[in-house]
Amino acid sequence: MKQMVIVSGKGGTGKTSVTAALASLGPDKVLADCDVDAADLHLVLTPQVSQEHEFWSGQVASIDPELCTACGECHQGCVYKAIAEPASDSQDQAYSVLTEHCEGCGLCAYVCPSGAAIMNDRKSGRWFVSETRFGSMVHAELFLGEENSGKLVTQVRTISQELAETQGRGLVLVDGPPGIGCPVIASLTGADLALVVAEPTISARHDLERVIGLTQHFRIPAMAVINKFDVNPDQARSIEAFCREHDVPLAGRLPYDPGFTRAQTKGQAITEYDPRGLGKEAAKVWAAVEKYL
Amino acid sequence: MTKIAIASGKGGTGKTTLAVNLAALFREQGRRVVFADCDVEEPNAHLFLDVTWSQEQPATLFTPHIDENTCLGEECGECVRLCAFKALILMAGEVMVFPELCHGCTLCVKACPHDAVSEAGRELGIVRRGAASNMDMLGGLMRVGEAMATPLIRAVKDAAEATAAGGSTDPITIWDCPPGTACPVIEALSDADYVLLACEPTPFGLHDLKLAVGLVRELGLPHGAVINRDGMGDDRVKQYLTEENIPLLAAIPHSLEAARACSEGKLLMEVSDELRGVFSELAHALIGEAGKEASS
Repeated sequence: MKQMVIVSGKGGTGKTSVTAALASLGPDKVLADCDVDAADLHLVLTPQVSQEHEFWSGQVASIDPELCTACGECHQGCVYKAIAEPASDSQDQAYSVLTEHCEGCGLCAYVCPSGAAIMNDRKSGRWFVSETRFGSMVHAELFLGEENSGKLVTQVRTISQELAETQGRGLVLVDGPPGIGCPVIASLTGADLALVVAEPTISARHDLERVIGLTQHFRIPAMAVINKFDVNPDQARSIEAFCREHDVPLAGRLPYDPGFTRAQTKGQAITEYDPRGLGKEAAKVWAAVEKYL
Repeated sequence: MTKIAIASGKGGTGKTTLAVNLAALFREQGRRVVFADCDVEEPNAHLFLDVTWSQEQPATLFTPHIDENTCLGEECGECVRLCAFKALILMAGEVMVFPELCHGCTLCVKACPHDAVSEAGRELGIVRRGAASNMDMLGGLMRVGEAMATPLIRAVKDAAEATAAGGSTDPITIWDCPPGTACPVIEALSDADYVLLACEPTPFGLHDLKLAVGLVRELGLPHGAVINRDGMGDDRVKQYLTEENIPLLAAIPHSLEAARACSEGKLLMEVSDELRGVFSELAHALIGEAGKEASS
């Protein structure tokens, strides 16, 4: 069983549209949406949820105002500035936790002399197993502003691999998040191939260089696909040259086409919306990727 | 000081485009501008603003160093027991550090009964300072392979705040934020006076806009929206903004000419008089909205 991850560095270059198109091509696969804090793949694949699970990860502090003596030890020690001082106009002189800044280290609970600060398990999201017209899909929702997106990504990937094993599928297709940080690293770890979706823009080129730096850092083979290549053919060529120099084979090019947006509006993959035009271009990308895998 | 954060749930909706054009326009109007690129994973603003970086400083996160001579190892094990991130483990009776797992909380330093823990430090990346067409420019560049963006974003914002406080006049500070709704975005948005949400009139754009609105509401931050590439999709984003009473400060028309200019690192407001007009109105509306919030 192989795992391919769609990444881009820069957001909005077409990762999810490309993922949906590749999902519709070739044999059934298991799909995984690892963009857990702004997931969109479900908008095209309209999954029927068969399992829903809570995602508990790490801890979060709380302070009992009855026990707090307002000594300020926790406030002083917290490097995340996650402890708010008592409001000057408030009756109860107690410190409180800004949960969106709390990383759950437990320092406040450790230093608190009165036992007011305690640590609680943190529910930071949900994950789902669903059925789609292109195969089973594992996806998730990280609650707003939560930590541990990397751990939720890892959970989605683990479940999708298990599912692929059980179902005897040859491929897990992963829609990755933008950037190069924690959730991207978690999406790429142990993958067989990273498919980088680039646009012929100065920003996307800059970001592609960094995300390819990341795939090379983790020794994950990468291929590239250039989306909207005809918006700026010079930039497209310069990206292709960069890829050649860095041993990143080109899996294909996709033209600028309002069909991308129209397909999205209809909840379809571009291969379904326009099987003869964009669908054929996407099929070339799939053929290149399949050959590699 | 007015601190304006430019954010979005979805990536690629035009955060940087809005940020750089607004900054350039405010400069033209003679205002003092401090620009902080808070997307430390994939920073792009410098590609549009012709920046000369004058200073680069490594940014580090606290990670522990264990003094083997004073550490009692498994006889004590207090730091290993307390570390919430499993960055410290006992191996062959001794405490071993996994610096890449460390969140820099310093609990191990506080908890060690024998003062055996000191600071080693992990390099997160760099904080850079420079100038671009008469504005102060701050940014961060996360080391490739590093997972934690949040502390580096904090360092960039601290540097921007120091720069802003240093000048003679009160500046407008612009924060170009990363995409998403997770912890890096929280760090980038916190303490903003106003959040400008860049959105795209597509189903993906609408879905992620709702997430971003949920986030700024939870954080209690005043906000307004700009529709980018207006006309490329449908009207559902506009309807949503109306239903939710979120001010729509501008709609930037979709055109291939604009897309080409952006792809080459040009400022949109220099593409046509029409686009310059859109940005002028946006800047005016933004100052009005942010001012309204500041005085309320």
